[in-house]
Amino acid sequence: MPEPVLFRGARVVDPASGTDDVADVLVDGGAIAPSSGVDATVLDCDGLVLAPGLVDLHAHLRQPGREDKETVESGCRAAALGGFTAVCPMANTDPVADNAAVIHEVLELARAAGTCDVFPVGAITRGLGGEEMAELGEMVDAGVRLFSDDGRCVPSARVLRNALTYVRAFEGVVIAEHCEDASLGEGGQMHEGLTSSSLGLAGQPREAEEVVVARDLAVARLTGGRLHLCHLSSAGSVELVRRAKAEGLRVTAEVTPHHLVFSEEDLLTYDTNMKMNPPLRAGRDRGELRAALADGTIDAIATDHAPHAVEEKEAEFDQAPFGTIGLETALAAVLTHLVEPGELTLARAIEALSTAPARILGAGDHGGPIEPGRPANLVVFDPSADWVVEPPFASRSRNSAFLGRRLRGRVVHTMLRGELVVADGKAQR
Amino acid sequence: MNGHLLSIHDVSAQEIVRILDTAESFREVGTRVIKKVPALRGRTVVNLFYENSTRTRISFELAAKRLSADVINFSTSGSSVSKGESLKDTALTLQAMGADAIVIRHSSSGAPLTLTRWVKGSVLNAGDGTHEHPTQALLDLYTMRDRLGRLEGLRVAIVGDVLHSRVARSLSFALVKMGAEVMLVGPPTLIPADAPAWGVQVSHDIDAVLPGLDVCYMLRVQRERQRQQYVPSVREYARRFGLSRERAGMLPDDALVMHPGPMNRGVEIDSDVADLPRAVIEEQVTNGIAVRMSLLYLLLGGSGPRAAGGSAEEAGAVRLPEEVATGA
Amino acid sequence: MPATRLMDEAEVRRSITRIAHEIVERNKGAEGVVLVGIAARGDDLARRLSAEIGRIEGRTVPVGALDITFYRDDIGIRAEAPEVHETRIDFDINGWTVVLVDDVLFTGRTIRSALDALVDFGRPTTIQLAVLVDRGHRELPIRADFVGKNVPTRKDEDVRVALREVDGEDAVSVVERVMSEPGTKRVRA
Repeated sequence: MPEPVLFRGARVVDPASGTDDVADVLVDGGAIAPSSGVDATVLDCDGLVLAPGLVDLHAHLRQPGREDKETVESGCRAAALGGFTAVCPMANTDPVADNAAVIHEVLELARAAGTCDVFPVGAITRGLGGEEMAELGEMVDAGVRLFSDDGRCVPSARVLRNALTYVRAFEGVVIAEHCEDASLGEGGQMHEGLTSSSLGLAGQPREAEEVVVARDLAVARLTGGRLHLCHLSSAGSVELVRRAKAEGLRVTAEVTPHHLVFSEEDLLTYDTNMKMNPPLRAGRDRGELRAALADGTIDAIATDHAPHAVEEKEAEFDQAPFGTIGLETALAAVLTHLVEPGELTLARAIEALSTAPARILGAGDHGGPIEPGRPANLVVFDPSADWVVEPPFASRSRNSAFLGRRLRGRVVHTMLRGELVVADGKAQR
Repeated sequence: MNGHLLSIHDVSAQEIVRILDTAESFREVGTRVIKKVPALRGRTVVNLFYENSTRTRISFELAAKRLSADVINFSTSGSSVSKGESLKDTALTLQAMGADAIVIRHSSSGAPLTLTRWVKGSVLNAGDGTHEHPTQALLDLYTMRDRLGRLEGLRVAIVGDVLHSRVARSLSFALVKMGAEVMLVGPPTLIPADAPAWGVQVSHDIDAVLPGLDVCYMLRVQRERQRQQYVPSVREYARRFGLSRERAGMLPDDALVMHPGPMNRGVEIDSDVADLPRAVIEEQVTNGIAVRMSLLYLLLGGSGPRAAGGSAEEAGAVRLPEEVATGA
Repeated sequence: MPATRLMDEAEVRRSITRIAHEIVERNKGAEGVVLVGIAARGDDLARRLSAEIGRIEGRTVPVGALDITFYRDDIGIRAEAPEVHETRIDFDINGWTVVLVDDVLFTGRTIRSALDALVDFGRPTTIQLAVLVDRGHRELPIRADFVGKNVPTRKDEDVRVALREVDGEDAVSVVERVMSEPGTKRVRA
C-alpha cells in the first residue's frame, strides 16, 4: 500500500462533479480520503491543476509483434508521463488481438509494468480480415469493452451490422470504427486538395471518410447498437454525427490532438511526421473539429499514438508509414493550442481527455469524480511550464508531429490507484 | 541562385531569364570542335537515377562532362541501390565521396527535398514522382523562346494526362511565371480539379483550342496507368485527344509542336506529325544539354548558400501554393 | 566618389589609330591577321581596330568576340557564378595571327583565361595582345604587345573604360573602389 499523499492547494478541475476550485486532496489507501488528520506526504500544488487521470481510447502499443517500435511497458510509461492513467491499445498487433489469449498477454504485460491501467481493444473480425466476426464473447469475458478493426474499416455493412447487433447482449460494449473507404482512399498519401496537387502526392478526399461515417451511422440506426467513431478528420463527418446525435442514435466520436492543431499545409516540406491516416485536412476541417469538440458533438480526445521505427519514417514520403506518437504531448498540445487561445475551456478539455473517454469505455475507476472513496487515479500538471518537444522520449519511437516545437503545460505528478507513478515529472517505474 | 533546383518555384522570372541567356552561350560551346570548357573542372557531379531514363541521364552526363566536371552514375540496375539500400544511406555515401552536385530522378514525389537533408552539395531534381521536372520545363522554355522570340503572351496548350505528369506541372508553373497563357487539355479525369488555381485554363475539346495556339505540347500517354481506368481505353483517348495529321493542320502556320519524349507514335501523336518541321522535338533534346550546362554552371559556379551546407528549407526552397497562382 | 579622367574621346581615338598602325607595322601588313576582342568592350575595341586597319591597308580584318567566363580561375570562389557574354568566332584560327584585344590589362588573369579559350578553338601561329590601358600590378607573366596608355594605379583603385557603343561616350577614368560585397562589382581581373 502506498503512503498517504496530500495534494495541497491545487486548482481541482473535476468535470464529473462540476468542480473548479482550489482545494486540498488527500489520498490514502489507494483512494481519495476525506481531509482528516492523517500523517501524509505533502505535495505543494500551488499554481498547479489537479484533475482525474487522463484516459486514452486509442493508442497503438505494438506488442506483441513490433517491440522495436513500442512495448506495453514503454507505452504505459509514456502514457503515465503524459498524464494518462488508462490507455486502450488497439488490436492490430502481430498476432492480432482477436482472441482471449492475446488479450490476456497484453493485460499481464500491463500489470507487470504497473504504470497505467490498460484496457485492450479486441478486433471485430478475425485477423482484421473484415469477413468473419472474431470471438467477441470470449474477449468480453477477458475484460474487453471496446472492439475495433482500427487500421482498417469493416468493409462489409453486413459484418458491421452483425457485430453491432451481437454485442448488444453484453453490457457496455462499444464497436469503434476507423472510417475510410478503401477504394476512394487507395494510394492516398495526404489530404486531396491544392497542397497535394502542388506536392505531386496522391490524395485521399474527405469523402473517403464521410461515405463510411454515413454508412456506419445508418447501420447503427438499423441495429440500435453503440457505435464509436475513431479519429474524425473531416467537417462533413462532424455534420453527420451532429445530426445522428440529434436523432438520438447511440454514437460517440473522438478526435486526435494533431487533427486539432495541424493542417495539410504542414506537409509542404514533405515531413513524414505529418503523414497520418486519416490525413491532416484543410484549415476549415480543423476549425469544424474544434467547434465540434467544444460543443460536445465530438465527445473525446484520443491520441492514436502510432510509433514507428526511425528508419521507416526517414524514407521517401510515399514509402513512410502513417502515424505520429502522441501520449506524451496530448495534454500540452490541447492546452497550448486550444485552451490558452480561448477556443476550449479547461474544464471541457479535461472532460474530453478524461471524463468522457472513461464513460464511453465504462472504466468506472477513471475520469472522476474526485470524491472520498473513489480510486485515486489523478494527474497534476503545471499549465504554465514551457518545454520543447525533443528526444529522449519515454516512447521507444521518435516520430512526433510536434518534434522541435514549443508547448506549454507539463505533467508533474501522475497517480495510479494511490501510487505516484510519475513524481516531479519523472517516471518512478 | 539558390543552392538547389528542386522545383520551378525555386527560381524567379528574372532567374529564369538568366538561366536561358546563359544557356545561349553553352549552345555556342556545343557548336565548337572542342565542345568543352574548363568551368567546372575538378567538381564531381553524381547522377542518382532511381528510375530508368537513358535520355535524361545522358543529357546531364554530357552537360557535366562538357563543363569538365567528373561524372559518376548511380543507377538502379547493378548497384547497391537495387539491394534495398535506403535513400539516406546512399546519400551519406555520396556525401562521403564529396559530390558537389547530385542529379536525382526518383519515383517518389519529394525525394529530392528529402535528399537535401543529408547532403551538402547542390541537388538538382531530374524528375520526382508526379511532382516536378524543372529542367525539362526550362529547356522547353528555351526552345519556345528560341523559335518564337518571346515567352510573354504565348498561347500554349498542354495536352494529355496532366494529373500524373510532372512535366506538365513544372511547365505550367514556368509558363505562368513568364507571362504566357496556358491551357490544359484532356479528359476531366486526367486534369487536376484545382488546376485553375495554378493560373491556367482548362478545356476538354482539343479541336476548339488548336487554331489559337502558338505551341501545342503533347504529353505521353502512360499506358501503365490504364489499370486505374481514368479513360475507357487508350484507343478512345487517341481518337479524342491525339494530334493527328488533320489536327496538326488546324494549328496556325508558325505554331510549334512539342513533346517531352519518349513518344508513343500513333497514340498521342501521329508519326507524320512528329516528323513535321514544326515539331521541334529533337531541338528540345539538343537544347536540353545547353540548359543543363547552364544550370550546373549557375549552381556550382558561385560559392552561394549551398556552400554553407544548408538544407533546402534553410535555403528557402519551399514555396506555398498561393505563390503558384500569382506566378511569383 | 571622385573620378580622375585619364583619357577623353580624342585621346581614345588617337590611341586606337596608333595601335592599328603598330599592328600593321609589326605584322608587315594585315594579311593573316584576325582580331579577337575579349567581351565585354574588348570586342567593341576590336571592331574599331578592324575598321581603322581597313582604312590603312584597304583590307578587311576578320573580328571575333570571345567570352572567357568559362575559363576563369575564380569560378566557385565568388558568391555568384560570373556573368556570361557572347562568344562568336566565325572563322578558323588555325595558322593565323590572332591579336587579342581588351580594354584594361591588370593582373593578367583574364588574358590567361583567353589564351586557354583560344587554344580550344585551334592553333594560331602567333598570339599578340593589344590593350587600351595597361594599369600594372601583374600577377602572372603576361605582357601586352600594343598599349594605348600606361597608367600607374593603386590596387584599391578601379579603371573605368567607357565606350560609345556601350556607355554612350568614350572616356577612361580612375575611380577609388567603394567597399562592397565580392561578386557584385564588375572587377576586371
